Amino acid sequence: MERYYQKELECASPEKMREIQNEKLLKQVKHVWDHVPYYRKKMEEKGVTPDDIHSVDDLHKLPFLSKADLREAYPYGLLGKPLKECVRIQSTSGTTGKRVVAFYTQHDIDLWEDCCARAITAAGGTDEDVCQVSYGYGLFTGGPGLNGGSHKVGCLTIPTSSGNTDRQIMFINDLHATILCCTPSYAAYLGERMKEMGLGPDDIPLKAGIFGAEAWSEEMRQDIQNTMGIKAYDIYGLTELSGPGVSFECSAQAGMHVNEDHFLPEIIDPDTEEVLPPGSEGELVFTALDKEAFPMIRYRTRDICCLSREKCSCGRTLIKMKKPKGRSDDMLIIRGVNVFPSQIETVLLNQGYPANYQILVGRVNNTDTLDVLVEMTPEMFTDNLGEINRRQKELVDGLRAMLGIKANVKLVAPKSIARSEGKAVRVIDNRKI
Amino acid sequence: MKACDTDSEAVKEEKTMAIKQISVFLENKPGKLDAMTKALADAGITLRALSLAETKDFGIVRMIVDDVFDTATVLKEHDYIATLTPVVAVMIPDEVGGLNGVLTVLTKASVNLEYMYATLAGKQTGNAYMILRVEQVKKAEEVLRAAGYRLADEGVI
Repeated sequence: MERYYQKELECASPEKMREIQNEKLLKQVKHVWDHVPYYRKKMEEKGVTPDDIHSVDDLHKLPFLSKADLREAYPYGLLGKPLKECVRIQSTSGTTGKRVVAFYTQHDIDLWEDCCARAITAAGGTDEDVCQVSYGYGLFTGGPGLNGGSHKVGCLTIPTSSGNTDRQIMFINDLHATILCCTPSYAAYLGERMKEMGLGPDDIPLKAGIFGAEAWSEEMRQDIQNTMGIKAYDIYGLTELSGPGVSFECSAQAGMHVNEDHFLPEIIDPDTEEVLPPGSEGELVFTALDKEAFPMIRYRTRDICCLSREKCSCGRTLIKMKKPKGRSDDMLIIRGVNVFPSQIETVLLNQGYPANYQILVGRVNNTDTLDVLVEMTPEMFTDNLGEINRRQKELVDGLRAMLGIKANVKLVAPKSIARSEGKAVRVIDNRKI
Repeated sequence: MKACDTDSEAVKEEKTMAIKQISVFLENKPGKLDAMTKALADAGITLRALSLAETKDFGIVRMIVDDVFDTATVLKEHDYIATLTPVVAVMIPDEVGGLNGVLTVLTKASVNLEYMYATLAGKQTGNAYMILRVEQVKKAEEVLRAAGYRLADEGVI
């Protein structure tokens, strides 16, 4: 039986949803016009006023916001409420070097936690569950978001935060945690450690995992599911829009439902900025419809994916987005070819290699080099050098078929690639351009 | 002990003289072999023979040691990946054509040799031994013994 946290919204008719979106959008545009001079100036430059916006069909008339705007307006330029009414900030990890500081009123935190509660409920969570939140707590949105969602659902919440892997496993086992929330790379590491400790899928009390905050492949999902004997659900979000919970996976495990009563999605051509027809692949753009303190309108996520209105077996009518191929910030251009780390991960896991890997990009004689570091495993190792070379070549061929360019595969010692407790550092780009 | 499963059925066959060689994965970087031999030395393990097969990025260290079980345990504790392989140790007469005689016997019996290396570690005798990695361990032992060669077991080397 599918459970919902807010059924009337998650399963609303298209007409009802449109009505909600129209009403909220008009109110939000007026709010921003009146309270965010930075965005008002952008609207004026484009020659548009709140009077030009009558429904979501007029969304395309509004100017975009990008990471560059966030940098320029840092820290208070996009604030939509007096600081007196704000109760919290969260901030990005700054992995791409551009730290974002987002503000929240109590209302903003409430709606964010509702979104996370929808995700936990969709993963089968109820007030009978024990939910361990192993995302980092603090400035990072992962811990606070899922923690709040878990409270709303009524789960017994274990706020372990990230790190101290053996203690994580002790809590999971001793307190019979049934739901685990963390990054997929940390989930893989926890799984690896449990396996080392001799814990099989049947020994682990977990039944579901909610994993997000970084790109991961379908193969990695299978791997985690098999190791821990759980169902692994994807969750998507970004600090600019609140945090995790902008979209979430349901029992169908095929694409994520966007909480479109709060976050209105569009797909645009990243070069021309034109809105693309339904089903097209392009850059994902979100308008936060009812966030007060940090009211993003048409925020360009840099994530490449597509949207689908196809009927979902879970009964939700919320529009679905495909797992983004990766943030366009994560995309590497190597010898002129676009390479996403998730493509490399797919090949590795398909050929039975561990999910712990590192991608080194360099430049020799003006030509880009791509090295993929993979840890040797007991299963792969043999005394026969020819056999190891054959497998290595198989991997090189697989990568070439996937990427269209040659990658060098380097086999390295076990545990020589650092394990991550939060977002994994997959790519080291040493090119000086 | 998963890391040390034997990768040949040969050792499971009825009694052979085969010696268990330990093969270890090492990165081809300065200090890696040093660190591994130090771990073994600290654990009081004696190396009887050693050979390296290397590629640009990594290598396989093949060793004959005095205590296979202890060595495997120490290696696992230090996160090395190792595997056991049965090899044949044959005493080589100190004379012209000594090695060739051994190889001729194997060729006649169509036993394929994958690799070999030498050791002087004949404990009591001071004799030279060749460590042979062959596909058919039992057959190699039979034909060499029939030709009058002396094979060593773990106690001798």
